[in-house]
Amino acid sequence: MVSAESLFGPIDPAPDAGYVDAPPRMGFFTDTSVCIGCKACEVACKEWNLVPDHGLDLLGMSYDNTGALTANSWRHVAFIEQPRPLGAESPALAGTATGPSGSAHLAERASTPPGVPNTDPGLPPAPHPGPAAAMAASPEFLGMPGTDLPGRQERAGQRTDLRWLMMSDVCKHCTHAACLDVCPTGSLFRTEFGTVVVQEDICNGCGYCISACPYGVIDQRKGDGRAWKCTLCYDRLRDNRVPACAQACPTESIQYGPLDELRERAQRRVERLHADGVPEARLYGHDENDGVGGDGAFFLLLDEPEVYGLPPDPIVTTRDLPDMWRRAGLAALAMAGAAVAAFVGRRSA
Amino acid sequence: MSDGDAMGERFREFQRQLAERGDPAGPAAGQPASRTERGVREPGSRDWAPQTQRARPGDRGRRNREAINVPPAEFSSYYGRPILKPPVWKHDIAAYLFTGGLAAGSSLIAAGADLTGRPTLRRAARITSLGAVVASTYFLINDLGKPARFHHMLRVAKPTSPMSIGTWILSAFGPAAGVAAVAELGPLLPERGVLGLARRVSSPAGRIAGLAAAATAPALATYTGVLLADTAVPSWHDAYPDLPFLFAGSALVGASGAALIAAPPTETGPVHRLAVAGAAMELVAERRIEHGMGLSSEPYQQGLGGRLTRLSRALLLGGVAGALVGRRSRLLSMLSGAALVGSSLATRFGVFHAGVDSAKDPKYTVVPQRERLERKGSAPGA
Repeated sequence: MVSAESLFGPIDPAPDAGYVDAPPRMGFFTDTSVCIGCKACEVACKEWNLVPDHGLDLLGMSYDNTGALTANSWRHVAFIEQPRPLGAESPALAGTATGPSGSAHLAERASTPPGVPNTDPGLPPAPHPGPAAAMAASPEFLGMPGTDLPGRQERAGQRTDLRWLMMSDVCKHCTHAACLDVCPTGSLFRTEFGTVVVQEDICNGCGYCISACPYGVIDQRKGDGRAWKCTLCYDRLRDNRVPACAQACPTESIQYGPLDELRERAQRRVERLHADGVPEARLYGHDENDGVGGDGAFFLLLDEPEVYGLPPDPIVTTRDLPDMWRRAGLAALAMAGAAVAAFVGRRSA
Repeated sequence: MSDGDAMGERFREFQRQLAERGDPAGPAAGQPASRTERGVREPGSRDWAPQTQRARPGDRGRRNREAINVPPAEFSSYYGRPILKPPVWKHDIAAYLFTGGLAAGSSLIAAGADLTGRPTLRRAARITSLGAVVASTYFLINDLGKPARFHHMLRVAKPTSPMSIGTWILSAFGPAAGVAAVAELGPLLPERGVLGLARRVSSPAGRIAGLAAAATAPALATYTGVLLADTAVPSWHDAYPDLPFLFAGSALVGASGAALIAAPPTETGPVHRLAVAGAAMELVAERRIEHGMGLSSEPYQQGLGGRLTRLSRALLLGGVAGALVGRRSRLLSMLSGAALVGSSLATRFGVFHAGVDSAKDPKYTVVPQRERLERKGSAPGA
């Protein structure tokens, strides 16, 4: 039921939403350290949920041609290539042909036009082409097969070792979900599993959830006008089945289960990775004391969140809502006071 | 099929743009680039913006295409793409912010004019209010992805959703403003019969409805501040303490402007005072928003948001000065009124665009959050 923590703080969302005898909160733990970038999750999600195709484009972002989570992509595999010596291992590129596979000017071009034609805002263009160009221009880039002719590229012979980060992104199913809080129709609702789902027969496409989401997940489908996002396969959950993406994941990078269990498992995995010499491994979205009360879908990352396109410290906007209403009340009083004063002030003139 | 067509079109556009750029990586440009600590430099071209740059207030980020050698902003991003989804709201919402404020301010003026015996001012303000609230409703419904489902807003009343609260405020305000405006037609009715009864009822009915509208008007003018602030959009959310005051002030300014245009100088004495009060409120709130929010203030100084904010301030100062100086002149009053209406319009579009710009650039999302984490002294999950 509604409590002091209903807007901010650690709570169990399903009972807070009014469910009696709710089942345990279910969620995803996405361990990016074992993701191989196969995109089976993207495909399985589309097939099970009958998500329309998202258009076809080469984005100049390594093997990522999906670009972002959109109304028509409820899982999105990110690819990041970073220069990194591989320690005692043999150099990954020893004996291979040299010459970069991408080029800065192509990446710059690709980063600026909007990538996904049939959702809104879908995949917004990068405001500056510089970062995309810089990523493609560094010699470790090993992205798409080059779209330049061989020999046309600038820096033949400069490849270095790299590490390739891959991460399957998804709706976070926040404990304090801003999208749900601001929805004016009640279309977005909290399920008994603690997840957040859009009712497509209710949504009228007001777009408020899209501006409210601190992760930039929910998105509007063009032509249709409604907002769409991951449902954490609500239909499958009610049948005691595993969500399509987790079912399809060949490396168990996407793990599904009761959130408590997943959090324990994730903690053990991080400790194991630290012991194995991967000090940069860290969890993201696991902490119920963070700005959104913890995510129902959380991650193990190998670099800072913003490298993957995640906000480093998101805070649910409705945390400040009581304050906002207070300020609006004061402003309303000031406005009424000004009107009264203006007319009462002097009867003449 | 349509996607295939779109893709072909996009690819051709891509090739065309490459050709226009002179293709620095063409066969002739085979010279290797040098990799520097600041990023990668293209031969014969220009410095690339390094992947990691340090943000600096006043960085004219929008000009990066011309001057790629930008002041560095020390943050990482995923290929420079925005993290947030920029608002899908179209200009309808910016226009609604204006018309909603105009309707609210005009209702207050109408009620004041009614109670203090200023019939021309009352009539003008009531009609402005009705016109503005009808326009508001149109803008709100037109902006929906599924306009035919606008009534789904009436399924629930949710205090956590400013849009839901606003729907109910508008539902209370609209009919009251409507009755008040329609009551102005009373004197046109015949004096006898059923219509004569309506004629006699119209004046008290108009007063009651007008007072009801005026009672809800301050809520209508200020909830929109919460509507914008209750989002993840950095330059809107961070402005939450001041946006309601900015919008309240701007509503008074806009409505005063409309009243100055429509009513004779003999009746607009209070309107002048109201314009001054509104302008003071707006200027104070605007100053705090424009300079008090760190990086989130930047979109109010730069780009379209900055230009509109400056335009709004110029029109506001000019309009208030003109209204006070020309208070005996109908023409000067009308010109000043137009400036005030324009200022209110520019304020709303300025705020709208500043927010949209702040959501489109990952800098405004990442840099403040990173700084907050550093202040907390702990990285997430470490």
